[in-house]
Amino acid sequence: MLNKSANLINKLFAKDIPQASNRDGYGVGVVEAARKNKRVVVMCADLTESTRNLDFKKHFPERFIQVGVQEQFLAAGAAGLALAGKIPFVASYAMFCPGRAWEQVRTNICLNNVKVNIIGSHAGVSVGPDGATHQAIEDIAIMRVIPNITIIAPCDSVEAKKVTLAAVNYPGPCYIRLAREKSPVFTTLKTPFKIGKAEIFRHGNDVALVACGILVYNALLAAEELAKKKINARVINCHTIKPLDEKIILAAAKDCGAIVTIEEHQIAGGLGGAVAELLAKHLPTLQEFVGIKDKFGESGNSKELIEHFGLDAKSIAQAAIKAVKRK
Amino acid sequence: MPHIHEAKVKKLELIANRLRQHVIRMVAKAGSGHQGGALGMADIFAVLYFHELRHQPKNPNWEDRDRLILSNGHICPVRYAAMAEAGYFSVKELMTLRQFGSRLQGHPEREKLPGTETTSGPLGSGLAQACGIAYAAKMDRKKFRTYALTSDGEHEAGLHWEAVMFAGKNRLDNLICIVDRNNIQIDGKTEDIMPLEPLRAKYESFNWHAVECAGNDIVDVVRALEEAKAIFQKPTVIIAHNIPGRGVSFMENNYLWHSQAFVPGQAEQAIKELKAIETKLLQEVC
Repeated sequence: MLNKSANLINKLFAKDIPQASNRDGYGVGVVEAARKNKRVVVMCADLTESTRNLDFKKHFPERFIQVGVQEQFLAAGAAGLALAGKIPFVASYAMFCPGRAWEQVRTNICLNNVKVNIIGSHAGVSVGPDGATHQAIEDIAIMRVIPNITIIAPCDSVEAKKVTLAAVNYPGPCYIRLAREKSPVFTTLKTPFKIGKAEIFRHGNDVALVACGILVYNALLAAEELAKKKINARVINCHTIKPLDEKIILAAAKDCGAIVTIEEHQIAGGLGGAVAELLAKHLPTLQEFVGIKDKFGESGNSKELIEHFGLDAKSIAQAAIKAVKRK
Repeated sequence: MPHIHEAKVKKLELIANRLRQHVIRMVAKAGSGHQGGALGMADIFAVLYFHELRHQPKNPNWEDRDRLILSNGHICPVRYAAMAEAGYFSVKELMTLRQFGSRLQGHPEREKLPGTETTSGPLGSGLAQACGIAYAAKMDRKKFRTYALTSDGEHEAGLHWEAVMFAGKNRLDNLICIVDRNNIQIDGKTEDIMPLEPLRAKYESFNWHAVECAGNDIVDVVRALEEAKAIFQKPTVIIAHNIPGRGVSFMENNYLWHSQAFVPGQAEQAIKELKAIETKLLQEVC
């Protein structure tokens, strides 16, 4: 049963559900953030349009900094801006920042503990035709092991905008993981959002589907399929991977006795890993992992790849059935 | 001639000598650390902290202070020594270097020790951060300057040149990069490991103004800084030709002293030599 207080859109499973990309939500959000806070600046590494920073550049040319194809500088330079009181949003593809700039993110931003918001766009395999080189499916893992940083993967463009605005005043560095492709816009302005606080989108006590990013919608679709088989799945939008909302996940483990984690990321070290670490310590619970199984991505369209890598609603439902059977 | 009195020069030479003695004692006590570069840069640190920088040791977060970014964080013993002598903290605390619980970490950490400006050590990233600070200063029309101290070895890192390119593009004339051109790095001589020359021409081709100076000559360092500050529309690099291990006969120009531990007697010998120089300097003052 859908959680009414989540205020999701009415025709949640309509074929013509509105579509937009998470990066679009960021692009709108960062302009609003800049209007509200003069310290907000944007740094881009030659990907201004595709990281959706053109509007920002147009509205705030004096606060827009172009660094060219220099992702290490992007991270280290942003640390400098933050040290001097700015609140930089640095935007690239997740593969390049944090991917290429890991050590600068770790030392210059996170060890320094400065207020830099890293926008990692084009994360996951849904990037599509660009292929494995550009499909970041390791980024959550490499960010999770760094102290001080907060990691957020919004579920749709509406939430991406909320994340962007919330990150401005959230203490410490943030990594915001965005998808390139359009995906269903299913949350609304009334859907609760707070960094670090996961939300129950659907009630159920047979199995809990804990998802992040654009796959939250697939989890909802899977839950509908499962309902037809008399399996009531709880769906949790776990947008903040670090710090994890331990309370909501432990409650789900206790109530459901089976967990499926769902992410557009390697199974190793991602959301599933974070959940497993938590459960192993406090409440060992059987868990299935929906994610990339130690493979690189490849070219294809978004839908093909989501299916190929077993991240579609059908695969999620299968994982849930398997989890329930293991109980 | 640079604007500095002879008496001030002598004072700075004495301070530099004192910083060197601190470095030897600190590293000897810690049992590890990097002495070569620290000794070589002592004169520049004396000039910066006691002549050049606008700063308030008791108010390290003063908004309008000049920013001193130490990119080659491993030579931090000399920075700590200069900070202590300038009054940021007690000279006594210097002896806690590299010990558990100390604010004086093996490589500087901003959150632990106010006044260090940034956490540093991994080479090649200091100038990039200095660029960010200098750029923000321009945006806010702040008058402070940003000084980035770099090693020559770290000029082998790609990130450093990304920053050089950025500073050139943005005409950051409020940014001064000082290169500790001592020709050594951990594995040997820079020109054997990965040649940097022509270093000056490299900077000039990236639209920087370049000055060279004798980094162990106080007057020449002051001259170079004055020239740098007179340049508009370009960042300036000061290539400071330094003698690593300066002041200690058996350490000078020997790359092994980049970070070699003292064996018994060596630190005492080093202090003895530095004391002799101090005595001579004091006689000259009188």
